[in-house]
Amino acid sequence: MKRVQFEHSAVPYLFVAPQILIISIFFLWPAAQAVYQSFLLEDAFGMSSQFVWFRNFEDVLSSSSWTRSAIFTVVFSVLVSVLSIAISLFLAVRADEVVRGAKSYKTLLMWGYAIAPPVAGLLGNMLFNPLMGDLYMAFNSFGFEFNHIENANDAAFVVILIAVWKQVSVNFIFFLSGLQGIPKSVQEAATLDCKSPERRFWTITFPLLAPTTFFLLVINLTYAFFETFGIIDVSTKGSPGGATATLVYKVYVDGFLGADLGGSSAQSVLLMIMVSVLTVFQFRFIERKVHY
Amino acid sequence: MYQSKWRIFTNHAILILGALFMIMPVWIAFVSSTHTREFVFQNGLQFWPGEHFFENYGAILFDPSATKGRVTALEMLFNSMVLGLGFAIGKVIISMMAAYAIVYFRFKLAVPLFWVVFSTLLLPLEVRIVPSYEVVASLGLLNTYTGLILPLIASATGTFFFRQFYRSVPDELLEAARLDGAGPIRFFIDILVPLSVTMIAAIFIIMFVVGWNQYLWPLLMTTDDQLYTIVIGIKQVYNSLYEGGQIPQFPKAFALTIMATIPPVLVVVVFQRMFVKGLVETEK
Repeated sequence: MKRVQFEHSAVPYLFVAPQILIISIFFLWPAAQAVYQSFLLEDAFGMSSQFVWFRNFEDVLSSSSWTRSAIFTVVFSVLVSVLSIAISLFLAVRADEVVRGAKSYKTLLMWGYAIAPPVAGLLGNMLFNPLMGDLYMAFNSFGFEFNHIENANDAAFVVILIAVWKQVSVNFIFFLSGLQGIPKSVQEAATLDCKSPERRFWTITFPLLAPTTFFLLVINLTYAFFETFGIIDVSTKGSPGGATATLVYKVYVDGFLGADLGGSSAQSVLLMIMVSVLTVFQFRFIERKVHY
Repeated sequence: MYQSKWRIFTNHAILILGALFMIMPVWIAFVSSTHTREFVFQNGLQFWPGEHFFENYGAILFDPSATKGRVTALEMLFNSMVLGLGFAIGKVIISMMAAYAIVYFRFKLAVPLFWVVFSTLLLPLEVRIVPSYEVVASLGLLNTYTGLILPLIASATGTFFFRQFYRSVPDELLEAARLDGAGPIRFFIDILVPLSVTMIAAIFIIMFVVGWNQYLWPLLMTTDDQLYTIVIGIKQVYNSLYEGGQIPQFPKAFALTIMATIPPVLVVVVFQRMFVKGLVETEK
């Protein structure tokens, strides 16, 4: 907080009013509804509902489709985060070293930030289209019996590939600016002491990038949890049989397409708890970084 | 700095491969969109441009039947523009004001209000999507720009960016302004806003791209195709590709995909320096 502050009765309230108003109507109210509905059971026609305590939660947690989706979400998020972080770190280290064409490479690798997740999903869909997709044909001509429409692992591979492709540029931007923030003197001293670029990377550069990497890990997990909705909805739609449906996608499928309001709300509340844990984790880390 | 010839060579090779990895899918979609549908259907995806660029893009932009509905791509682009700009402007103004109150004032409800704002980070729109839809429906805001934009603004990311920025503004400025007799509103408009111009521009660019790329919320909200954004329009076109037993209209679907991609990519590339600075500094 500021050392010097205004002391004024009405002005601050006037300034926060718009934000608080919008948050109350479009955030607090629906969030409260989600919690409330998670305790209700509606009949098949949506005409009446009764209060059932934690039954929706029990149903959700004991259903095999939710457990399966939860496992997929964790595996998917970890793979997407680790792969996209590794690829972009690799590219950023090289982009930081080049002298000629450095600016062009930077532009060519960062523009992907602007691509919408569903657009990325459609491009992937196009390349894996059984009628004409180049990647689909390439995989099959190499002797893999690749079929993402029926095989759950192949479908997961497609979704992960698209999600990684979409995320590489964001990570690249952060890593490159992190690398450029390492003082020249440190880099030069490292070059004098150690000729091998690989060893230099693991002993000097990577430890210095650790805070950036950790921060990106949180960002990427959040991305894999929520923003991949658009990718999944236009590529696999969770098929085959819900094998590639993340938890967020399942909330949508059960709530909107399946009209199971109680179950969907219970899933929302469970997700809310998971995100809270993730956010608290992130903030503790950031606070600590600020104190250093 | 010393670099071996081999290292320089592999650097360029790896970066070129990386760039190709990023560009190829979009390139294939673009060149395939410049052929006739029969050609693409028979020969598969293309690697080189065809001769039907103007024909396909013209039809998509001006002929509603090419996009399988009552709207043309031009109208969808307009809707996306409204969403992107409305979201960015709304978000910047609202979060600047809220952050100002939180950082510069001592008032009773400051702490609880800060926590209310903070709590929005815990529950993204994707998670509370069903009740949000019900609330907007009960307010009669379905199929309106207001209902499209306002719920998206109800999150705290922008407020945190500005809070962080205001805290880095030297306290002496406020002291000086107060000595000169400036009140809180005067200080905000004449000193703080002009100081934040670069910050505003950077956040505006990021938010425009985020708004333009919205998918789930517009998908649920807009049942009336007059309000389709281009990102939603693509999905509808792809969904109806195999309808009617005709040869699928792949080139026009690709053309629409390319048109949805160009505006945000242009914004990011043209304002690259500002955008990167905003992204890296705000998320620290």
